[in-house]
Parts: sequence; C-alpha cells; structure tokens
Amino acid sequence: MIKIENLSKTFTLHNQGGAVIPVMEGANLTVGAGECVALVGASGAGKSTLMRMIYGNYLTAGGSILVGDLDVARAQPREIIRLRRETLGYVSQFLRVVPRVPTLDVVAEPLRALGMDESRARDRAAAMLARLNIPEPLWELSPTTFSGGEQQRVNIARGFVRDYPALLLDEPTASLDTANRAVVLGLIETAKARGAAIVGIFHDESARAQVCDREIDVTGFAPGRAA
Amino acid sequence: MTDAQNSSKNFAKIFPKNLAAQAAPAPLLSVRDLTKSYGAHLGCADVSFDLFPGEVMGIVGESGSGKSTLLGCMAGHLRPDAGAVIFDTRRDGPRDTVTMSEPERRMLGRTDWAFVHQNARDGLRVGVSAGGNVGERLMAVGARHYGDIRAAATDWLGRVEIAPDRIDDRPGTFSGGMQQRLQIARNLVTGPRLVFMDEPTGGLDVSVQARLLDLMRGLVRDMGLSAIIVTHDLAVVRLLADRLMVMKSGHVVEQGLTDQVLDDPQHGYTQLLVSSVLQV
Repeated sequence: MIKIENLSKTFTLHNQGGAVIPVMEGANLTVGAGECVALVGASGAGKSTLMRMIYGNYLTAGGSILVGDLDVARAQPREIIRLRRETLGYVSQFLRVVPRVPTLDVVAEPLRALGMDESRARDRAAAMLARLNIPEPLWELSPTTFSGGEQQRVNIARGFVRDYPALLLDEPTASLDTANRAVVLGLIETAKARGAAIVGIFHDESARAQVCDREIDVTGFAPGRAA
Repeated sequence: MTDAQNSSKNFAKIFPKNLAAQAAPAPLLSVRDLTKSYGAHLGCADVSFDLFPGEVMGIVGESGSGKSTLLGCMAGHLRPDAGAVIFDTRRDGPRDTVTMSEPERRMLGRTDWAFVHQNARDGLRVGVSAGGNVGERLMAVGARHYGDIRAAATDWLGRVEIAPDRIDDRPGTFSGGMQQRLQIARNLVTGPRLVFMDEPTGGLDVSVQARLLDLMRGLVRDMGLSAIIVTHDLAVVRLLADRLMVMKSGHVVEQGLTDQVLDDPQHGYTQLLVSSVLQV
C-alpha cells in the first residue's frame, strides 16, 4: 500500500546564507495492507519529516513515495488533494480548523467532502465523538476552545470517521487518559483488521508494542549513514 | 407546493445543477503566459497555470506584487498585453476570454463568473434594497417572474445569514460584514462556476472574518465552485485554498499545494513571507 524507495530530503535556507541542510538520504519503507509500522528514533531524527513527506506536506529531493498507485514525490497538487480526500488520512498533533465551526461539522467534514449528505455525516461524526468520550454539550461548539486532550480526540475522530485505506498517526495517544487511550488503540486495531496500512509515531512504548507490527528506526535514514 | 419550493424548481430549470464537483479531466480555466505592463512598470509577467473544477487557488504576495493586476486580467477587467485566459464556458466549451468580444465577456461575467470585491460597496448598488441587489443579478440573466426572484433573493439572504426582515433595507444600513455577505449572495445567486475574490476578508473584524470563511468554505463545497482568492493573509489561504501561488514583483516565484508551500517553502521570498507572520 505504501512503498518508499531511496527517499531523500534537503532544506535550503535562502535567508540564512543559502545554507543547504541534508536531512534524509536513502530512506526505504514498505507498509502492507493491515500492517502498522512505527517510526522510532530520537527527537529530531526525522520521524515527522518522513510523515510529512508521505502526506505531500513536504517536498522530496529524490526518490519515490508510492501510496496506492500515486507517487506523492511527483504528483500534481490536485492528485494529492484527491489522495487526501479518498485514500490517505492524517491524525496530526495539532488541530487546525476554521474558527466558529461546530465540532460535529469539523469531524463530519471528511465525509461531506466525499459527497455524503449532511445528516448522515453528522450522525457518523456524533457516534465517533461519543466513542471518544467528548461530552455531547461540546459538539455544537468550536474545538478551538477545547483542552489539549479534547482537541487531540477531535483530530482522531476526523481520522477515523471514515475508513481510509491508509493512515498516518502522529502521537495519537500522547495526551490521553487510560480510558481514551484504550479507545484509540481499539480504533487502530479495527483499522488494521479491515486492511488499513498505518504509519505512526508513538512515544508511548506499550501502545507501540500493542498495535505495531514493526519498528523502523529513522536514524538509519540520516545522510551519510545510508548504505 | 409552496411558492418557495416552486421557485426553487423553476430556478433549477434555469440554472442546471452545478456539475463541476464531479471529477472532470479538463481544466476549468487555463491561463497561459499572461502579461500586463503599465507603461514601463510591470504588472504581471508570464503567468501560467490550470485550475480544475472544484479547486480553490490562493494568490499571495505583498502590495504591488501584481496579484490584483493578474486577477483583473483573468476576470476581464483589465486587458492583458499578451497571453491567453481559456475558460471552459457552459455554453460553448473552452474559449479564450481575452480575444472574445466585450458583450460576450460581460455575459460570461453575469453567468459563469462572479467577482467579490474587497470593498463590498464596489460590488453592491447602495441605492437599491438588499433583495433588489440579489434580484437584479437574476434579472440580468433573464429572470422576470417577481415571485421567483423575490423567493430566490430570500433564500440567498438566508444562506448568507442575513435576517429575512432586512430584505427591503438598503445595504448602507448594514454592517461591513453583512455588506460583504450580501455581496457574496448577489454574486452566487446566478450559480456561477468560477468566483474571483479580491481580499474578501480585508477590512473586517477577525470574528467576522471567521464567520465569512466558514460561509465561503461551505458554499464552495456545496456548490462545487472553483475560486481564485487574492489576499495577503496567509491564515485565510491556509483555511480556504487548496493551492497557492506566491507572487513577487509581477512574477510567480512559487506555486503548489497550500500547506506544502507554507510549511516547506522553496523560494527565498516565500520563506521570508512565512517567517514574517506574527504568531498569535
């Protein structure tokens, strides 16, 4: 489902003397359907950079990133927009939404973007919010005023409200209590069981042990270290 | 059947449901090598891109970077010195709007296109009631039945969150945010496929901006609209635009997926622009 070959990345800082910083070289990764792969490595090793490249948020310097049959490294913006709408979900650590939009609509949006009618999409969103223990009185409010843990669960609800064939999870259990952590791990296991290919960053070691099939240490993708 | 249902049925007959949201391989708008100078001063140069149905593109850049000139050339308000603006018209398929006759271009401006000005008063008729402002656009494309026009106007005022009891008031009595929403209703009532927006949230309070952004996102999604939005506000494009074009001194220095351009900018100017935004 996800196949990364010989991937490299550099940052060029034009306003700091044109410094060119190579951050990744020779990265390879394959994630099959129903598989969950954890990216590990010290802070700054490039876990998030790799996730962002798979999502098309960062450009690549070389190599390829196949998600399904689309090479994200060479895709046109509209192909990536379509990939994100139909195939590739992303649970970020940060919530970025239009202010004033009710939580229910924020979570229903991925379904609405696929053409589902409003009431069905809102029903599904409500079920997901209930499952993640977001109190019902909050559903009609904008999540911008929520606590960190609540915002994170809204992000998770968006990522799991529909069955994406591939998912990127950035610290999905980071600021959750035990009960909600268990709910999220359950969602990940269900997604794997239906065949989703998942790449995740988990600092929570026991969560990683529970849901991930393999670990990839991205330190091995640092420039100069690749074989 | 109620009057409102009846009129929306007639309305659907006059303006068939927008099919732009469905996947279509052909671009809605193809801009090729568009160039415009003001004497020795360059407005914009060699701009080329394709916009596909349902896409929202943002154009950012500092004052004087040529973004409004470019928008004016695309919307037929300014005559470019060179280049083509090929639009997939509802009636005749792809046509170069630069070389078409003025009456044809004006008709396109009333049927397939809409233009939302930064200053709502530039896009409204201040001496005419709110309902009249919306109805006038329908009459310009041939609607004649008073009941239908009034019902469509009421419907659209509701969609942009203007209370029905304000339908007979003049826009001069409206707040800035309400005027901007009225301008949007006036523009979208004829079911255009492409909307040009020039700083649509400029000059509004941030709380009013948020409400307008929410409204525009909903309309774009539900009507399958394509839009080109000129702004200097990076937060607005992040929330509203799928794609982004960055202009400097009349040239496009970078373009791509909006979040990619903002989070991994490649050009020195874009890097400067992104790093100059004050964090709230």
